[in-house]
Amino acid sequence: MDLALLTELNEARLARQATIRVTDPNDGSERLVREATLRSDDPLHDELVARFRSAKSGLIDTPDGKRFLTVYVPPPRIVVIGAVHITQSLGPVAAIAGFDVTIIDPRTAFASEERFGEVKLVAKWPEDVIPAELALDPYTALIAVTHDPKIDDYPLKAALDAGCFYVGALGSRKTHAARVERLKTAGARAEAIARVAAPIGLTIGAQSPAEIAVAIVAQVIEALRLRPAHLAPMPADVWA
Amino acid sequence: MGNASDLTDRDVLGIAESWRKAGRGVAIATVMETWGSAPRPAGSHLAIDETGHFEGSVSGGCVEGAVVEEALDVIASGKARVMEFGVADETAWRVGLSCGGRISVLVERLD
Repeated sequence: MDLALLTELNEARLARQATIRVTDPNDGSERLVREATLRSDDPLHDELVARFRSAKSGLIDTPDGKRFLTVYVPPPRIVVIGAVHITQSLGPVAAIAGFDVTIIDPRTAFASEERFGEVKLVAKWPEDVIPAELALDPYTALIAVTHDPKIDDYPLKAALDAGCFYVGALGSRKTHAARVERLKTAGARAEAIARVAAPIGLTIGAQSPAEIAVAIVAQVIEALRLRPAHLAPMPADVWA
Repeated sequence: MGNASDLTDRDVLGIAESWRKAGRGVAIATVMETWGSAPRPAGSHLAIDETGHFEGSVSGGCVEGAVVEEALDVIASGKARVMEFGVADETAWRVGLSCGGRISVLVERLD
């Protein structure tokens, strides 16, 4: 491995850019491919797209011989909008499951360290944090739980724009119907709106805030690991 | 916010880069293929320096010793190689995987 290539790879990983190193195990020749700049005429294009999605490294046969693909995708993280009761359980549950968690809520009465302890907490409006301090990306899940349009709507749109692997919003069917109308008015396409998981969480009959937190994290894991069709990443054509 | 914590002090490739930039000879071992039950998936890294320090893993600790030894040769020669490990064969005293799987590991010098 070339040191300059390793340096570039480490920089890409720090910047949360999904990257694949393509190696010829016979002669050691190598190249880096970043997901963001993958060319449609790359000889391994389809294979690379599939690998970025599955995040699995492996040896493949090509017309030019064997190639080893080492896939580096950013560690998954969760951004929660709303420091509400559910979030007090959601933070620790998500952290135990291995996610890097950030909670954003401009209401300082909710977003207090006393209520959240160790979890990363930002007491600002979402539009002042995203994307200036925190850029959403396809390896981020966004969960909006304030059900206040003034707080939730901006990050929900930003999450659809960024192609977040999971976008979920808390609220009754009535609340969500109103949200859908607002997104439509803002120009979002029906397929994009359909990506917002609502009612949020897997259907396990969750009642208490802690149970709802478990149902939400389980749904995030499902989106990450199984990539069900209705949660397929859709970074392009969010807006009509 | 956020990003700095993604590459921690225990990040294997970050450590390999810093070792090399400090002038040490370094090899990187990577799990290339697995068959059956294997403790670490393809793409897992082990970084080794010229004095035998290592970071990361390519198995559950079963074959690291053999990989580190081979890596010292690779650092000296510059010639990459592929190592294969199967089930431990107690009578032959060979290193292997007690889980019953097989793995192949690419060992290459960081130049």
